[in-house]
Amino acid sequence: MPFGITPELIAQITIIGVVFFALQISAAVLVYMERKVAAFVQQRYGPYLVGPRGALQPLADILKLIMKEELRPKSADTLLFYAAPVLSATAAFAAFAVVPFGADTTFFGLLDRPVHLAAADVNVGLLVIFAITSMGVYGIVLAGWASNSKYSLLGGLRSSAQMISYEISYGLSFAAVIMLAGSLSLREIVDHQAGYWFGFIPQWYLFIQPVGFFIFLTAGIAETNRAPFDFPEAEQELVAGYHTEYSSMSFAMFFLAEYINMVTVSAVATDLFLGGWHGPFLPESLGWIWFLIKVGALLFFYVWMRWTLPRYRYDQLMAFGWKVLLPLSVINLLVTAAGVLYFGA
Amino acid sequence: MTDTAFYLFAAIAIGASLLVIAQRNPIYSVLLLIASFGALSGLYVLLDAPFVAVIQIIVYAGAIMVLFLFVVMLLNAPHEDTDYDERVHPLLRPGPMKLGAALALGLAAELGWALSRGGDTGAFGDAKVDSVAAIGRSLFTDYAFPFEVTSILILVAMVGAVVLARREDPR
Repeated sequence: MPFGITPELIAQITIIGVVFFALQISAAVLVYMERKVAAFVQQRYGPYLVGPRGALQPLADILKLIMKEELRPKSADTLLFYAAPVLSATAAFAAFAVVPFGADTTFFGLLDRPVHLAAADVNVGLLVIFAITSMGVYGIVLAGWASNSKYSLLGGLRSSAQMISYEISYGLSFAAVIMLAGSLSLREIVDHQAGYWFGFIPQWYLFIQPVGFFIFLTAGIAETNRAPFDFPEAEQELVAGYHTEYSSMSFAMFFLAEYINMVTVSAVATDLFLGGWHGPFLPESLGWIWFLIKVGALLFFYVWMRWTLPRYRYDQLMAFGWKVLLPLSVINLLVTAAGVLYFGA
Repeated sequence: MTDTAFYLFAAIAIGASLLVIAQRNPIYSVLLLIASFGALSGLYVLLDAPFVAVIQIIVYAGAIMVLFLFVVMLLNAPHEDTDYDERVHPLLRPGPMKLGAALALGLAAELGWALSRGGDTGAFGDAKVDSVAAIGRSLFTDYAFPFEVTSILILVAMVGAVVLARREDPR
């Protein structure tokens, strides 16, 4: 084929496209799931008018958001006001690029050489996710500043303080897994979790690192600004936090970014602690089904948490992050290091 | 391909760095500095040092610049006021300006001298620094002392910051 286009290249481009659209669709599905679960928790029906059992509600929501008028405060910083939601959404999409979601595949023999089921295979993948997550803060902070509104600014500042505080515990829970697997590549970390102990307990890092998993999930909820840690948009005190002044598609982009970040955190948790695409009953080539099931379960957990736990107070959140979670993750790291030294990796 | 990428990243790094000092809104300065760090990180990738590239983003663009932005936003520093600055600012009096010009000339001369000596920039030698394991090993063996000293330096700075920021006991 001309221009150096190989079947592998086409396959890779297809994967990238699939990941991109799957992420967008996952946001729509999550909106529906969130509303239905919320309704279930609160003993309501939830959306039921648009489509069967309200399944087309997200489409109606998107249509509504597109039709809405785009408003901008008079004294806002025009460039940054419009750049901030784009930055948020870009960071959210980019972080998923290095997340592998299945074993290497030849697409049922279509290709000569197997390709990785990930948009990009980077050997420092875990750090790339960490780096892009830390870039995502800017979208929120800049939105808060550029809106030139006190609620937005306070929301943005809270968000940056919160994300910086929890990023440390987040990173330390990564580090413990990295020590166990001896690799920064998510694919290799997943492959370390193949197989079973005693023939039936899967060798997931969840069972070696229960504390690490807890820290990761907690810090992950804080990183994605979800309840019970959703201070950047605490309605009772800040109207809507950093996106108070946003409307129409700019608002939709923050929304999209939040849901995609949830998907990414769940996918990374699946790869790090839940054995990725390894699972019983299914052949290796269909492992991505296991991956989807695990990510779905974690996302359900996320939504469940939101409608179960009340929001913390801001000082409680900071105290919890610095005085409980951080010492816990340092101790976890030390114990893991001692264990790796004693038992061998 | 690699050359094109190099010139692209280099142009972004230099252009963004110039703009950091060339325009007056401090928030934009911070953002342009982040862009410059991003371009530097791209250069590290071209040098086959992905670990350093990612650390550059995490530490500088991610952690340190968020704090910069935080401070600039909290102080809500206005646009630099030129008329006011020119009358009052101590650095804009004739004496300091002459000193600054002299220092700039000195820097330019040093740069020229360094560039004229170029050409004998040898490779790194046998020490491979591309893998994370290799970086970790050399950090904790050959460079263990500077590494630990740096961490103590940072600890001292941290304790200093806490002491300075501590509220006085009301008693």
